[in-house]
Amino acid sequence: MVVRPTIVGISDPADLQRALIDAQYLADDALSTSAYLSLALGKPLLLEGAPGVGKTEAAKALGGVLGRNVIRLQCFEGIDAAAALYEWNYPRQMLAIRQAGDSYINLYGEEYLLERPLLEVLRNPSGTLLLIDEIDRADHEFEAFLLEFLSDFTISIPETGTVRAVQAPVVVLTSNRTRDLHEALRRRCVYHWIDYPDAALEARIVMTRATTVAEATARAVVASVGHLRMEPLAKPPGVAETVEWAEAATLLNSQGVRWPEAFKRSIGVALKDHDDLTYMADRLAAVLPGEAA
Amino acid sequence: MSHPRALDPFLRFAQALRGAGFPVSPDQTADFIASVGLLGPRDMTDIHRAGRALFAIPPERMAEYDALFRAVFLDQVIQAPADGDEDDEVEAFELTAESLVIEAADDESEVGAEATAEERLSQRPLRENREETLKRLLRDASALLPRRRSYRRKFAKSGDRIDMRRSLRDAAKREGELMRLFQTQRKTRQRRVLLLIDVSGSMKDRSEALLQLAHIVVQAADSAEVFTLGTRLTRITQALRPSDSGQALARAGQAIADIDGGTRIGDALSAFLSVPRYAGFARGASVVVLSDGLERGEPGAMIEAVRKLSRIAWRIDWLSPLAEDPDYQPITAGLAGVLPVLDHLGDGASTAAVTDHILTMARRT
Repeated sequence: MVVRPTIVGISDPADLQRALIDAQYLADDALSTSAYLSLALGKPLLLEGAPGVGKTEAAKALGGVLGRNVIRLQCFEGIDAAAALYEWNYPRQMLAIRQAGDSYINLYGEEYLLERPLLEVLRNPSGTLLLIDEIDRADHEFEAFLLEFLSDFTISIPETGTVRAVQAPVVVLTSNRTRDLHEALRRRCVYHWIDYPDAALEARIVMTRATTVAEATARAVVASVGHLRMEPLAKPPGVAETVEWAEAATLLNSQGVRWPEAFKRSIGVALKDHDDLTYMADRLAAVLPGEAA
Repeated sequence: MSHPRALDPFLRFAQALRGAGFPVSPDQTADFIASVGLLGPRDMTDIHRAGRALFAIPPERMAEYDALFRAVFLDQVIQAPADGDEDDEVEAFELTAESLVIEAADDESEVGAEATAEERLSQRPLRENREETLKRLLRDASALLPRRRSYRRKFAKSGDRIDMRRSLRDAAKREGELMRLFQTQRKTRQRRVLLLIDVSGSMKDRSEALLQLAHIVVQAADSAEVFTLGTRLTRITQALRPSDSGQALARAGQAIADIDGGTRIGDALSAFLSVPRYAGFARGASVVVLSDGLERGEPGAMIEAVRKLSRIAWRIDWLSPLAEDPDYQPITAGLAGVLPVLDHLGDGASTAAVTDHILTMARRT
């Protein structure tokens, strides 16, 4: 295990937290501690949390702070090697055979290889950050493969040989926890559970992301989103919804819609499920932000 | 092997976590100690956070983690009872091996009671019958359970997509002359089977037999989940994992605290849907509800929950012991309300009927 206490000038969690804030991501102490540890220990960072708490944003901000390209692998049920690792460019190979005639050609050369996210990262481990998004959506088979990938950082291509990373790349995994990840995968990572931010932090996030929104509006929206999250909804609003709701209501208000009405009309930005809307219909008035000018 | 005295509490902490059932590997312990070193540590919070991150503590077990942390690092003896509870649980778990004998005896008398009550047949043939049925389930389940298409592909004589890689390799052997196009087709994977078993008082006669059946399903299926519904929701999939049925049923019996109690199916199903991880089990799954649908509470919650469930599941079938009669019509408001969203309402009166349904549901759509 290689421990590197200082990475691009960041030597403790507080440094990283400041850098993330500069990159427009408001991280709390616990998140910056976990992220710092993952960088220092060279282990992948596993972020779990409800949809919309800003897991992917955190990874992107981390990429920005480290000055690395974020390469995203979106997982889905049935993801396979051709989507995650590499694929041969068959039409080009075919053409090459036809054009070569009697002369020798190497069909499995560099120019016929199409890189997919995992291979791309292996080839440039110091300039990229690998974001494996929503790993819980992938099959168990893919998870088992990732387990191998994350410990060796090698990909073997039958036709050419093994590609090995010269150093361990920075990897962030996110999961919505629709299913439990394999214990071995969790063990290999530094883990952090991202919760909904508290009201003060969420108001700051709204202010940072949506510059048009007045502070009073931000606070009011955050308070009522807090109420909504206590209700047994199918899709509780995430942080992104809070920001969009505040923006949408502000826009309507600037066009002359009065305050409580502006929130009510833009509710579709925060609640995106018909059942949830009908469930809340009667009590919406009580939960909605009141005057916020 | 000796180590610096200062490491003692950290190693003790890792052991305490392991004792409480957290899966902690030696690697993780080493990384945890390295992390604490990296962070300073400036105060206890640093150690607490490092442990949480490196031991991958899921949010629902934070309270346990906190208690252990306080016990090891802050010497809070007051917290010891919480720690003790954990130990008790482990002891209780061992006790099941002894209670297993009693459990098994109970089991047989249950079978007998059911035989006289329901079938009015002599005891022996029925019991053999059930064993036969369960054997059939165990044997046929892997072939007959519903399957979905996977994105993975395999070689096929007449598939639906050209295997470019293989065809090209073949053509390269003949100076690029394509003689044959190889084809692939999708692999299939078994759909998850989700059994929701009513264990309330009104299902008393059936509970034991249904748990036995659930045990076989968990054994035979590639992917299955079992929950019991009563006054609360209990996940018993893990308890049913051991292949020995006596041991598995004893563990399940211990997990279900509300057996033969009241019925609040609506609340239990809402609880199921409100945990994202559980709701995820239902996604694309074949859901089988084994219940008489006699809801004590308001039927509204139950109807709503089943409706939601039907939207995420592949199919949802309701097997009721009352539906043994082919002319059965649901009369309770709850069951009548969910009828439109059910794919099938059928007979759940005997193990054989339930088994037949489970083995044929792949062909029903």
